[in-house]
Amino acid sequence: MCMVNEIDYGTPASKSDRMVTLTIDGKVVTVPEGTSIMRAAREAGIEVPKLCANDMMKAYGSCRLCLIEIEGRNGTPASCTTPVAEGIKVATQTDRLGSIRRGVMELYMSDHPADCPACAEGDCDMVEMAAKVGLTENRYGPNGENHVAPLLHGDTNPHFREQDLSNPYFAYDPAKCIVCSLCVRACGEVQGTFALTVEGRGFESRIAASMDDPFLESECVSCGACVQACPTGALREKTVIEKGMPEWSAVTTCAYCGVGCTFKAEMRGEEVVRMVPYKEGQANRGHSCVKGRFAWGYATHKDRILNPMIREKITDPWQEVSWDEAFAYIAKEFRRLQYQYGKGSVGGITSSRCTNEETYLVQKLVRQGFGNNNVDTCARVCHSPTGYGLRMTYGTSAGTQDFDSVEHTDVVLVIGANPTDAHPVFGSRMKKRLREGARLIVIDPRRIDLVRTPHVQADYHLPLRPGTNVAMLTALAHVIVEEGLVDEQFVRERCDWDAFQDWAEFVLQPEHSPEAVEKYTGVPAEQVRAAARLYATGGNAAIYYGLGVTEHSQGSTAVMAIANLAMATGNIGRPGVGVNPLRGQNNVQGSCDMGSFPHELPGYRHIADDATRAVYESLWGVKLDNEPGLRIPNMLDAAVDGSFKGLYVQGEDILQSDPNTKHVAAGLAAMECVVVHDLFLNETANYAHVFLPGSTFLEKDGTFTNAERRINRVRKVMEPKNKYADWEVTQKMAQALGLDWNYQHPSEIMDEIAKTTPTFAGVSFDLLDRVGSVQWPCNEKAPLGTPVMHMDGFVRGKGRFIRTAYVPTDEKVGPRFPLLLTTGRILSQYNVGAQTRRTANMTWHEEDRLEIHPNDAEDRGIRDGDYVKLASRSGETSLRARITDRVAPGVVYTTFHHPDTQANVVTTEYSDWATNCPEYKVTAVQVSPSNGPTEWQRDYNDQAKRSRRIVHAEPAE
Amino acid sequence: MSHDEGQTTDERLVYMANQIATFFESQSPQAAAHGVADHINNFWEPRMRKRFFELAESGLFKLKPIVMEALPEIRRPKETTEA
Repeated sequence: MCMVNEIDYGTPASKSDRMVTLTIDGKVVTVPEGTSIMRAAREAGIEVPKLCANDMMKAYGSCRLCLIEIEGRNGTPASCTTPVAEGIKVATQTDRLGSIRRGVMELYMSDHPADCPACAEGDCDMVEMAAKVGLTENRYGPNGENHVAPLLHGDTNPHFREQDLSNPYFAYDPAKCIVCSLCVRACGEVQGTFALTVEGRGFESRIAASMDDPFLESECVSCGACVQACPTGALREKTVIEKGMPEWSAVTTCAYCGVGCTFKAEMRGEEVVRMVPYKEGQANRGHSCVKGRFAWGYATHKDRILNPMIREKITDPWQEVSWDEAFAYIAKEFRRLQYQYGKGSVGGITSSRCTNEETYLVQKLVRQGFGNNNVDTCARVCHSPTGYGLRMTYGTSAGTQDFDSVEHTDVVLVIGANPTDAHPVFGSRMKKRLREGARLIVIDPRRIDLVRTPHVQADYHLPLRPGTNVAMLTALAHVIVEEGLVDEQFVRERCDWDAFQDWAEFVLQPEHSPEAVEKYTGVPAEQVRAAARLYATGGNAAIYYGLGVTEHSQGSTAVMAIANLAMATGNIGRPGVGVNPLRGQNNVQGSCDMGSFPHELPGYRHIADDATRAVYESLWGVKLDNEPGLRIPNMLDAAVDGSFKGLYVQGEDILQSDPNTKHVAAGLAAMECVVVHDLFLNETANYAHVFLPGSTFLEKDGTFTNAERRINRVRKVMEPKNKYADWEVTQKMAQALGLDWNYQHPSEIMDEIAKTTPTFAGVSFDLLDRVGSVQWPCNEKAPLGTPVMHMDGFVRGKGRFIRTAYVPTDEKVGPRFPLLLTTGRILSQYNVGAQTRRTANMTWHEEDRLEIHPNDAEDRGIRDGDYVKLASRSGETSLRARITDRVAPGVVYTTFHHPDTQANVVTTEYSDWATNCPEYKVTAVQVSPSNGPTEWQRDYNDQAKRSRRIVHAEPAE
Repeated sequence: MSHDEGQTTDERLVYMANQIATFFESQSPQAAAHGVADHINNFWEPRMRKRFFELAESGLFKLKPIVMEALPEIRRPKETTEA
C-alpha cells in the first residue's frame, strides 16, 4: 500500500491548440501556448521551488520563490506568472536565483515557528522549501517582530493571534500563515464563496474569514478547498492533527450526492485520516464539499449496528443472532410467505446508496429468486419522472452531458434545483462559469442562493407558485414558437417533424401564453418572455433541473416539457447544452441503470421484451415473469390490502423518506417479514423483523454511477465492521434461498452486467482502473464511454416532441390549508440525515426549520424561532420557524433531514401521473403557533424508542 | 384501511387511471386511448390491472371516457398469475 501522490504543476493547464517550443535548463520542451514556465518546467520533470502556486488556481506571483532567468530578458520574473514563448531559453537554477531564493526563504523562516509540528510531519512545505533552496542559517533570529510568539520582549505580541478552532473539521493557526493567499483564491476561484480575504497591509496583513470572524461564524461553507491549498500548517484538518499524517491512500468515490466526487481516502492502517478530493476525478476536478470532505465519521459511529438481529413481532425487543441464523430465518419466512400468499407476496427495494453491483444483485434476487418483478428503488421518489420523460422524448433515461460541459455553456437555466446546497461541487463549477459571464435564468419558488451570490446575479428569477412548472415551461415554449426562435434546421434534421408541428400548434394556443398562465404561476409575463428569448438566442443553453421538477403530480410532463425546449432550440448533442438532471443520491443513476424498476431489466429494457428476458433466462436458468411488478407505493397498498407480506429493503429508509408516513407505517405494519439491511436502526427498522447490518462505501469494492452517467470506482480501504460487504449479504441470502451464486469479487458482478447489458458491454473493473472512469454507453461503438449523448442523432432515432398540457394539482389551498409547503435540502445535511446527523455537520443545522414570509408570519403572530404547528390534511408536525423573504408570501419551505420533524407526516399521497413519484414539492398547509411537539411526534418517538430495544447475545462464536 | 383519511387502494387505482388519462387528453382521441392502455400495460402489476377491471366493470367509480375507451386495449392478467 502506498500514497497516491498527485503532481502539482503549479498553474492550470492551458487549453490552447497552438504549441510552443522552448528550452528549460537545456531541455527542449513543447507545451500549449499560454502555459506558464513553471508548468512547462514541471511537465519536463523540473521542479521550480514555490509556495503560493497551485495548479487548481490562477497564478498569483506573490511568494517570489519560483523566480527564473530568461536569456536576453532583464530581471528574474516569476515562473508562475510568465507564459512560455517560442524559442526562449530559461534557466531555473543559477547562483543569482539561488541567492535570491535563500534570501526570501530566510525572511519567511524568521517568522515561522521553529517547532512547527506540521513541518515535522511533512504537512507544511516551509522546511522542505528551505531545504530545497539550500537555506542553512537564519541571520535574523526569532526575536524580531513576528506572528509566532505570544510574548515579545516580555510584552504581549500585537501580531500574535490565537488559533481559530471554531470549525469542527479544521484548525486555522495564524502563527504559521505566510499570507500567500492561496486559501483566499481557492475560496473564490474554486469554491466561489469569497468568504476569505487578506486584511491589512505589509507586516499587518493576515487572512480573515468574512469580517474577521471565527471561521464557523463566517460565510465559510467548510468545503475544505483552503485547507487543501494551504502550503503551510496554517490550515489543517483536525483529524490529521489528532491522528498524524496518513500512511497510505486509495482513490474512491464519495457516497453522498449524485455529483460523485472522486476522493483519495488517506489512511493510517484501517483508519481514515482524511478524505482529499482527487484532481483527476472527472466529476469534481479536485474540489469537494463539507459532506464528502469531512462528514465521513458516521462510518465508525457508535450507533452502527454490527450484528444481525431478529424478532418475531415488531413490539418485541431485538435479539442478536448469528449471520447464519438470520439468513435461515429470512429464507424460511420468505418461503412460507410465498407458499401461503403466493409468489407475488414478497419483493425487494434496492438502494441508491449502494453500488451498482449490489443493486444488480438485489434485483436479481427478486427476479431469479422470488420469481417476480416486485423490485423498486428510491429513485421512485426522486427521479423516476426523468427516466420516463427523457425516454419518451429522446429514447434513453439519462442526462445528456458531462459536468465539464458547463464550461462551454452561455446560458444556464436552473429549474427546481438548488445546486449550491444539494450538488455543491457542481454548483461551484457552475458558479465559476457564471462568473466568466454565462447568463443565468432561475425558475424556483424560493430565492435560492444562486439567484444572487458573490459575482453572480441571475438575469431572471421567475419565482413561480409551487406546482406550476408545466405551465411555465409550456409558456416558455409558446414564446419560442410564437416569436420564431425555433432552430428549424435542427428540428427538421433531428426530430420527428410531424410531432413537432403538432406540438408547435399546441403550445401556440393562447391559453399557453405567458400572459394567460400568469394567473397560475404568479410570474409577470414580460419576465417569462425575456427569459425565453435569452434561453433561445443566448448561445449554448443548458437546462439543469432537480427534484423541484420531478416531485410533482406532473413531474414526468415537466421533464418532457424541458426536453421539448432543448430540442426546439437545437440545444442538444454538443458540449455546452443539453438536459441535465441533477441526481439526488450518489448512485441513483446507477440503481436505475441496473434494472431496479419493476418494469425493466438492466439497461432500461422492458420486462415484456422476450429477447431481453431470454438473455437473463439462459444465464440464470429460470423462467422470468414477463409482467411488471409492484412499485413502492403499490407494494404498500397491496400490503394494507393483505396481498403483500414480505420485503427486503437494502439501504433505504422508506418510512422517513417516502410521503404520507402514516400510510407507509400502515403498509409496513401489515407485512409479516420486513428485512432491513442498513448501517443504522433507521426509521423503517422500527417495523422490521430482521435487521441485517450494512457496510459503508469505505468497506467495499464496487462502482457508483453519477448524474453524468459516469461509472466511478469505489475502493475498499477497510474490512467491513459488520463482517460482510452488502453484496456478500445479498449473496448469502440468495444462497440460503437455494440460489447458486458464487461471486468472489464485485468485478465478477460487473462482468455479468457487461455481458448482459449492451450499454455496459465495454465496462470492466480493469478498464476503470486503467482510465479512471467512463460514461455509459460504453461498448464497441464507444470504447471509452460517451461524454455527450445524442451527438449524431437521438437514441430513439428522431427526437419526439410531446404535448404538455398544464393540469393543476389536486392539492389545492383553501380556507383550512391556505399556504403551500415545498421542501428541499441544505448544504450541511443529506436527505434523511442518517449519515450527516452522525457527524459534526450538526453544528450547522441541528434542526429543520420552517421558512415563512414575514407577512404570513405576522398574520399568525409567529416570531422568528417560535415553535409552530405545520398541518395538512394528512397530518401535523411541529418545528421552529425562520422568518425570511426568500419564500414568497403564501409559500413555506422546510428541509427533511431530521426524523423528529417528520415533514412527511404532512406530505400527501398525490403522485406523478406516470411514475407515482410523490408530490413532495406541493402540500397545502396551515401554520399556527404551537408549544412543542405534536401528539403524533410524541407517540412516534415512544414507538421508535420501544422498537429499538436490543437484547444482546451472550458473547459467542 | 388502518389509517385515516387517505384514499383506499381502489380509490387510488381509479385516481391513477384518471390521472394518466388527463395527460393524454391533449392528444388526438385515438392516440389518447392507446396511450392510456399502453401506459397501464407497461407499468401496472397484474393484481392492479385485475382489480382495475373489476372496478371499471362494476360501474361504481367515475372513470374518464378515455379510460373506458382504452379498456379493450388493456391486457387482462392471466388467471394463472396469482395475486
